[in-house]
Amino acid sequence: MIERRYFCHLYRYALNFMVANPVPLCNEREFKMKRNVMALISVLIVFVLAFSTTLAQDSEQPLVGSWDECPTPENLPETVTIGAVFGLSEAVAVYGTSQKQAVELAVEEINTSGYLGASTLQVIFEDSAGNRDQAIAAMTKLVEEDNVLAVIGPTLSAEAFAADPIAQENGTVVMGVSNTAIGLTDMGDYVFRDSLPEAAVIPGTIAQARETLGLTKVGLLYGNDDDFTVSGYEVFKQTLQDSVIEILGEETFAKGDVDFNAQLTNLIGANPDALVVSALAAEATQIILQARSLGYTGPIIGGNGFNSPAVLKDTGAASEGLIVGGAWNYGNPNPSESSVRFVELYEARYEDQSPDQFAAQAYTGAWLTATAIRCGNFAADADVATQRTALRDALAAIKDFDSPLGVFSFDENRNPIHDPIAQIVSEGKFKPLAVVLGAQATPEATPAS
Amino acid sequence: MALSAIPIFYVFDMNITQQIVNAIWLGGVYSLFALGYALVFSVLGVLNLAHSAVFMWGAFIGLVAVTQLNISVWLAIPLAMLGAGIISVLLDIVAFAPLRRRNAPRMSQLISSIGASILLVNFAQLVFGTQPRRFALGSIPTEPFAGWPVRVTPIQIIILLVSVILMALLQYLVMRRRVGQAMRAVAFNQQVASLLGVNVGGIFRLTFFLAGALAGAAGVLYGLAYNTMTPFMGDAVALKGLTVIVLGGLGNIQGAVVGGFVVAALEVFSIAAGSSNYREAIVFTLLFFILLFRPQGLVGQATQTRA
Repeated sequence: MIERRYFCHLYRYALNFMVANPVPLCNEREFKMKRNVMALISVLIVFVLAFSTTLAQDSEQPLVGSWDECPTPENLPETVTIGAVFGLSEAVAVYGTSQKQAVELAVEEINTSGYLGASTLQVIFEDSAGNRDQAIAAMTKLVEEDNVLAVIGPTLSAEAFAADPIAQENGTVVMGVSNTAIGLTDMGDYVFRDSLPEAAVIPGTIAQARETLGLTKVGLLYGNDDDFTVSGYEVFKQTLQDSVIEILGEETFAKGDVDFNAQLTNLIGANPDALVVSALAAEATQIILQARSLGYTGPIIGGNGFNSPAVLKDTGAASEGLIVGGAWNYGNPNPSESSVRFVELYEARYEDQSPDQFAAQAYTGAWLTATAIRCGNFAADADVATQRTALRDALAAIKDFDSPLGVFSFDENRNPIHDPIAQIVSEGKFKPLAVVLGAQATPEATPAS
Repeated sequence: MALSAIPIFYVFDMNITQQIVNAIWLGGVYSLFALGYALVFSVLGVLNLAHSAVFMWGAFIGLVAVTQLNISVWLAIPLAMLGAGIISVLLDIVAFAPLRRRNAPRMSQLISSIGASILLVNFAQLVFGTQPRRFALGSIPTEPFAGWPVRVTPIQIIILLVSVILMALLQYLVMRRRVGQAMRAVAFNQQVASLLGVNVGGIFRLTFFLAGALAGAAGVLYGLAYNTMTPFMGDAVALKGLTVIVLGGLGNIQGAVVGGFVVAALEVFSIAAGSSNYREAIVFTLLFFILLFRPQGLVGQATQTRA
């Protein structure tokens, strides 16, 4: 009887938290009535617990990762720390923010799924602001002070060319997730990237555009003070010359410019079949809007910088007819299973936002790094240099990795190998060019080569 | 194609009318921005390097007024002018007045204005974030007028009109009104002006308010023109503005207007002539020669005091 009273008091005690007036002590009759309620609550609690365990089990094994190839590591340090250098302020934040969100998403998934056994993956984020000096400072801090085992980033190719040598000198893996400039991985054997270089994307895009639109003459516009936009321009120019498409005029601008009317007036005046533009997102937006307001209605073929939902949102109807080659597309008609899962997770975690290619690549980059940690399986008591080398060797060995980007491998120069996708903006969305203009496109024209 | 490949013939291309439109429009924005710079310099003899930060705040006040408070673009312009004017007066109270009272060298005031500029930009970064902000698509009339031989959008006409009206108003205020006379007196000699009964502190405040209001108007118009606003938007204009006032003659109001159109025309026509690679080089080479051979500027007279 005493115990029963005890339970009853406990119930009352709990009740007192929820109601304003204190509830008087229990008597036995009241208790008997409440016993049933208590029983019901207990059953409910058991149900909820059981259900949540099944949920946890359900989300235990993500679709990404080398779960079978490498055993779950047991000797890893309690926390494995990696760094990430992204442009989180200034104009480059368009990319950096979605990269950071994607990496955070991947790390949560990696840690809750127990991908690294008992050890926890931790990421230190640094802001490079699109600035070479700041990227160097961030890389130095991460590699030399924080002693991270690997670094993801930096966002811009220009920053990577400035900062990656620091990681290379210190024998630390640096994983570019958005660097598409030519020759990036020539900096050393610790420099990796999972972002398709423009050289791999542009030829297919131009070939397909020529096939479907019958291009014979184009105007060329590019930013001449950024490694990314310049290397994009060089590949465009080479490809155009190889495919015997006439270049009617070439114009340049600088990063941060907002007025492109003069350059566009020149190019449009020459009456091109298409405008070919190598620019970053902030300038890309202005170029699209101003070209349309100058009365140009033809297609605009853009480099990787145009490949972002933000560009579409900010240009609205003006972006119809924009053609961009990419590594990943939100509307891919045949996405990999892990890509579908990634989109679901991203949209659930960041309401109102859809992932772009930069998010998909950053997410994949984080998973690749975690896989190198899992497969590297170094001991907690090994020194940092040994751990870093083990991580590098494991990363270089990754083959046929199932990722949102598709089946992914590194080539011998630590560049990514996977299928790109040519896209055109139609009804406000990036859609695969082959789908929109599918009638004319032959299967051979897909830029898989 | 054969003729237009040679730069000099390219200029006579049929695009030239469009390029003239581009240049006039850009010149209006540059001039309006440079006016505030020139005004403060003419009255105080100090470069206010925080002017570009006030310009940026003007743009953001306009943006908030239109997107958050649902005020029409027409009302947003005076609102942004008022807001930016107030920020500019606060700037004077915090960053300039204490140094003036101590008779600190002009260099200290210049440095102090750099500090104030960084503070204003960082604060904007906190409030608005660093991603470019925009007016909603379609809220600005950017559809070109139909049937015109050149592409002109309503917003371009509006910007040019507002710029010209504000420039004319300022010129009228400074040259024809009593308060303008007082401003010119202070510019000529502070001591003498104060002996003659001019409220020097008040004139300083008024100068900063007017300069801020002009920067605010320029900010909103710039925001409307290009529809992309970041806390760093002032940086690009700051250097151009400086070039404009040096070109026009430091602290010369007509000079600032002329300089704005000259710099814009140079930029646009160096691109039109087929050398977009060298557009900045051409502008700054001109600046260099002006400083060497005509340091008083295109419009200024050698010894006459400003304003």
